[in-house]
Amino acid sequence: MRIFDPHIHMTSRTTDDYEAMYAAGVRAVVEPAFWLGQPRTSPESFYDYFDGLLGWEPYRAAQFGIQHFCTIALNPKEANDPRCLPVLDELDRYLAKDRVVAVGEIGYDSMTPEEDEALARQLQLAIEHELPALVHTPHRDKAAGTRRTLDVVRESGIAPELVVLDHLNELTVGMVLDSGCWAGFSIYPKTKMSEDRMVEILKEHGTGRVLVNSAADWGRSDPLKTRKTADAMLAAGFDDDAVDEVLWRNPVAFYGQSGRLELEEPKPDEEATFRGNSIRRGGA
Amino acid sequence: MAVTTASLSTPPDPQPGLIAALDDTARTWLEGSVAEVAAEPAAVRRLFPAVRRRCGHGRLDSYWTVDEAARAVLLTALPLRGQALADEVTRLHRHGDPAEQRAVLRALPLLDLGDLALALVRETLRGNDTTLIEAALGPYAAAHLPDAEYRQAVLKCVFYEIPLDRVTGLGTRADRELARMLADFAHERIVAGRDVPEDILPVVRAFPDVVGGRAELQHALKEEG
Ligand SMILES: [Zn+2]
Repeated sequence: MRIFDPHIHMTSRTTDDYEAMYAAGVRAVVEPAFWLGQPRTSPESFYDYFDGLLGWEPYRAAQFGIQHFCTIALNPKEANDPRCLPVLDELDRYLAKDRVVAVGEIGYDSMTPEEDEALARQLQLAIEHELPALVHTPHRDKAAGTRRTLDVVRESGIAPELVVLDHLNELTVGMVLDSGCWAGFSIYPKTKMSEDRMVEILKEHGTGRVLVNSAADWGRSDPLKTRKTADAMLAAGFDDDAVDEVLWRNPVAFYGQSGRLELEEPKPDEEATFRGNSIRRGGA
Repeated sequence: MAVTTASLSTPPDPQPGLIAALDDTARTWLEGSVAEVAAEPAAVRRLFPAVRRRCGHGRLDSYWTVDEAARAVLLTALPLRGQALADEVTRLHRHGDPAEQRAVLRALPLLDLGDLALALVRETLRGNDTTLIEAALGPYAAAHLPDAEYRQAVLKCVFYEIPLDRVTGLGTRADRELARMLADFAHERIVAGRDVPEDILPVVRAFPDVVGGRAELQHALKEEG
């Protein structure tokens, strides 16, 4: 089974996670730029973070047989801090990089006017750089926030097939698929969405234009939720082809619209462990 | 030990092989970009990151990949000298992704920079990405890196399992102190029951007195067969 996790924050994860992900079939990931738990207080912190997403993290991932791409943006939470706003003026430089396959995560957190401005501006950047956009939907007041997000996406003029709205649930999936955008689902251990509920959504809405991710980060989360969802799909009667569509071909199709997803197709006969499974540390 | 830059290999001229390797679209783009950069140096900031998508990234020769060669051609087109050139190149490195940084490092010997780009080499050598470390230890580092830093860089390559034949200038720059460091490293490995990398042995053999009375080390240094 080949798995592409279209949304996971590997910077916050360990090498054990990389090993377990590889063993579970994960061969490619997209790491969206997001917040770090601890608020940043200057633009420079973002630039070092972006450099890490383009440099150290793909290098680390490659040593475990996993291809790493990223999305770049000023996240909605920190778009509210005037100290961080200069980041918007420097995004052009990063959106020009080879491994950047979308603008993201953008979207709403608390639906403030500052978030409105950052969202609209970054959707324009996606259009200018001919990139897809990864749009986070708010965890509080989700249905209203999703509706408002769809309005802003429509007003921006970006093609809906270039946009994924993420962290959806039973109440928001319908309006997103109707809009022509892609529907993203983050499968978490306790909250938001479980693999069994995901299977029900797939039964009802089908497997097209759907992305399933673990969104694993520094919080309670599980980088193997993609595989667990695949297993739940098989247990519920979906066939291998449907699993491959949702967990590989769909993310490849979505991020492939960037023209920069330079992906090596995994070989079916690969061994369970990757040769370089110990990260180089220098002091070895 | 004298630093004999003359004996250090310089990279092949990227231009001829590149022109042959690129298709018409890519060649036209590169030629236009070179003209733009020659007329307006700041244009390199926009063009340099786009090279890999425009020109490709296959291997050109033993030194260059297509993207690194094309980026080197853009850098040599900059109508800047001295500090101004160093500032522009440093900026491209600072804001570059690893592929761009590798290209900057590999192009250094083609640019008239004197010691002004040593900071880029030093920053790279502090890092952990072996592809960048390798790119940093080319002819420019061989010619400009002070002895103590050159030795530390070689030792770091040994730790990172970067084959020493990829480090430019070792033949002329290996000195007794480096041999002493590598001999101590080998001894440490032997005592720990670990393997000693083969490629450090010639350097140690060239300065036999650094071995001292360490019998296990003497044994490890014996030529095979
Ligand atoms: Zn996220």
